Amino acid sequence: MGVEGIGARVARKEDKRLLTGKGRYTDDMSVPGMKYAIFVRSPYAHAKIRSIDATAAKAMPGVIGVLDGKQLLADGIGNLICGWMIHSKDGSPMKMGAWRPLAHETVRYVGDAVAIVVADSVAEAKDAAEAVVVDYQELPVVTDATKALEQGQPQLHPEAPNNLIFDWQIGDPAATDKAIASAAHVTEITIHNNRLSPNPMEPRATLGIYDGGDEHYTCYTTSQNPHVARLVMSAFYNVAPENKLRVIAPDVGGGFGSKIYIYPEEIVCLWASKRTGVPVKWTSDRTEAFLTDAHGRDHLSKVKMAFDANNRIIGLKVDTVANLGAYMSLFSSAVPTYLYATLLSGQYDIPAIHANVRTVYTNTAPVDAYRGAGRPEATYLLERTMETAARELGVSPAELRRINFIRSFPHQTPVIMNYDAGDYDASLDAAMKAADWNGFAARKAEAAGRGMKRGIGMSCYIEACGIAPSAAVGSLGAGVGLWESAEVRVNAVGTIEVLTGSHSHGQGHETTFAQLVADRFGVPIDSVNIVHGDTDKVQMGMGTYGSRSGAVGMSAVVKALDKVEAKAKKIAAHLMEADESDIVIENGELKVAGTDKTVPWFQMALAAYTAHNLPPGMEPGLKEGAFYDPANFTFPAGCYICEVEVDPETGVTKIIQFVAADDFGNIINPMIVEGQVHGGLAQGIGQALLENVHYDPENGQLLTASYMDYAMPRADDLPSFKVSTSNTPCPNNPLGIKGCGEAGAIGSPPALINAITDAIGNNRLTMPATPQKVWAAAHAAN
Amino acid sequence: MAKITMTVNGRQVSGQCDDRTLLVHFIRENLGLTGTHVGCDTSQCGACVVHMDGKSVKSCSTLAAQAAGSDITTIEGLAANGELHPVQAAFKANHGLQCGFCTPGMVMTAVDMIRRHGGQLDEATVRAELEGNICRCTGYHNIVKSILAAAAEMGGARVAAE
Repeated sequence: MGVEGIGARVARKEDKRLLTGKGRYTDDMSVPGMKYAIFVRSPYAHAKIRSIDATAAKAMPGVIGVLDGKQLLADGIGNLICGWMIHSKDGSPMKMGAWRPLAHETVRYVGDAVAIVVADSVAEAKDAAEAVVVDYQELPVVTDATKALEQGQPQLHPEAPNNLIFDWQIGDPAATDKAIASAAHVTEITIHNNRLSPNPMEPRATLGIYDGGDEHYTCYTTSQNPHVARLVMSAFYNVAPENKLRVIAPDVGGGFGSKIYIYPEEIVCLWASKRTGVPVKWTSDRTEAFLTDAHGRDHLSKVKMAFDANNRIIGLKVDTVANLGAYMSLFSSAVPTYLYATLLSGQYDIPAIHANVRTVYTNTAPVDAYRGAGRPEATYLLERTMETAARELGVSPAELRRINFIRSFPHQTPVIMNYDAGDYDASLDAAMKAADWNGFAARKAEAAGRGMKRGIGMSCYIEACGIAPSAAVGSLGAGVGLWESAEVRVNAVGTIEVLTGSHSHGQGHETTFAQLVADRFGVPIDSVNIVHGDTDKVQMGMGTYGSRSGAVGMSAVVKALDKVEAKAKKIAAHLMEADESDIVIENGELKVAGTDKTVPWFQMALAAYTAHNLPPGMEPGLKEGAFYDPANFTFPAGCYICEVEVDPETGVTKIIQFVAADDFGNIINPMIVEGQVHGGLAQGIGQALLENVHYDPENGQLLTASYMDYAMPRADDLPSFKVSTSNTPCPNNPLGIKGCGEAGAIGSPPALINAITDAIGNNRLTMPATPQKVWAAAHAAN
Repeated sequence: MAKITMTVNGRQVSGQCDDRTLLVHFIRENLGLTGTHVGCDTSQCGACVVHMDGKSVKSCSTLAAQAAGSDITTIEGLAANGELHPVQAAFKANHGLQCGFCTPGMVMTAVDMIRRHGGQLDEATVRAELEGNICRCTGYHNIVKSILAAAAEMGGARVAAE
């Protein structure tokens, strides 16, 4: 490991611009003639649109234009789509209702866009939006998914009777039922996974620019995957052919899943730019973000876990209802199915699993992937069930887990996944040691002496990252392949550009990807630039989500570097009249092994471009590209332990310590990996303790639409974290990377809730564990 | 409309704006200083923090007209002669930022916090004083570490100067 190579804690290259106010986020973009958009949104959760009258609005000062859904339809702009086909267990395809970028007949959630106002300033656009008269006929509302499935409830889409999108299953129902019938003990529990708002600190924004001369569109947007945005906007929404549409996602201020999807606003702003003849910029405010950014989670599950007389799990049965909101967002169908139920084996050897999942329309914002996406739902369900079972069986939670750990790899689960490597005892041991598990009883007694209730809880999670083998996900219904691309350009002076289809919005790719190059060629990372986020620069890419940029994006870079290295060695061998198999690259020089002959890296690069003295038949230049399609998912895993103190007088929970012991495979930059874990932990703790999206069930109004109402984790809600890793390299990619972006959010909620229920002696507690709920549970009989 | 004059990052600037224009929009739109961000609209997140006459304020809840005649420092005015301010340097050294969107407000809040507390900051105080700044990426762990490191460095520097 060099000081800037693989494994080094290199300070980030991107930090200087972000620390000095020189970051360039979408809302910072400005072009000549640019005007500002405000969307007119439905104040009702469900209503027919009788009419839209923009006469008064169009006469307001500064107004350039007011456009509605009928005009959008007339111009042939298509419906928003869900890109992953799921079939119900009866073989029928999922029931996808129409999602218009601007509703012209029916609105289905508060915030549904019905018109766009373009004006000289944001303030004038807001004033004019107030003057757009929309005549609504209110319809009855349903916000709860279980209720929406009942007879006689409001119907959202004619395509989906009883609001049922699909009724899907995985696993072996007969074998699972048989295991439960023969069990020595069955633990039954109902698990609610609360609805969350992702809340990246940068609100969504877009700038649509139509150039009539070239009939060309440019879209600046807050996206985690600009190439997918271009593909979908071109292929499905008829905005423009791909060669006439450039999508740029510049600095993006966090995503956490919510910026994967293509939303109505970027489509409408591009279209409005052509319609009005001016560049159109829209920036969400925070209330719009709460209303319209895709939410996460919202599952209700009934669970039965069967044990034999030796406390081995012999069967797991799960029945889940997942709320997908008013429309099917881009990957919404994949989250409660292949990203969730395929992880229900956890770290455990379970011979029979059956999961049934029904997804449902309701009059709420669309629900899609949020940090973890399905895997937090599986982990919370499993790890609360394991803790409950341990208490029922009178076994220590660690012992029950150890009895059931998978210890032989590869391991085929009954729910598709084939785990390639792991050591679950190692992370459990590391976490228990770091948390001083054995000293807990004394700490609990000391706390009791002060009238406080102390509890400890653990969670052993597994997740599937590095999504994903294209053919495999294609066979499961994905509309895209999930490979990644990279291109390595060595300039004539030896500096290097790496173009990647991954997108960095906080993950530090500009540093870690450069570390790969530094490690390979011994060149300083300052001589390496990472280029991403622009469809005109990078040919194609699938973007960043699902902790895939290391395992998939970097693997593509490695493949391209292999090709560059091979050609560079040929050139150097020719220059030094040596055999190419004798060339080694060290410290920025190409050397003939065992001799003092060297060619500096820049001199080799210059030779590639002057082409005065290249091997016979070799093309000039030094630029190589690669596409990498993973062979399998990767399987990060770990053990998290949380210790809390609950004040029985107030129900307030204080986190005493939070320990994370992870297995991420090989690590490029430990500093950045630790930062990813910290952030994930904060989001998981936020879910468990503070955050909840709440709709009024009577009228579908969002009651948590600002930071005054939605409890974001703040610095004094959280402790400093104790994080460590004990790594087993992933055997399926060239760097041995598993991925680290989501683990914290996946593993932490059950550890925290298990700690609180341990403290209060009552297992009946739902997230978020607010003081009111904890107090009530602490004072109720279990 | 109002004509407003103020000093921003040591330079006198003037501009026309609506009476209702917020200071953050004056800074971003009129002056083109886009390092100051808007994250929430309700004075909760602190991405918009600047210094007005040496004290941190939320520029999303200050009218531009209220800032007339004042001395404003934004994130762009913190580094001197191309050298990062010690707080900026500490954020870089300790990985105190990820996506960078909350960072300008965090740094401006931290500078003011260290000025008020000198070398006497501890973790509990830093966490309590960050009440008005929200970060979604870092879990605050490395932000707290950065501020404590900067406070130690700046406190140390002051002692050395004396």
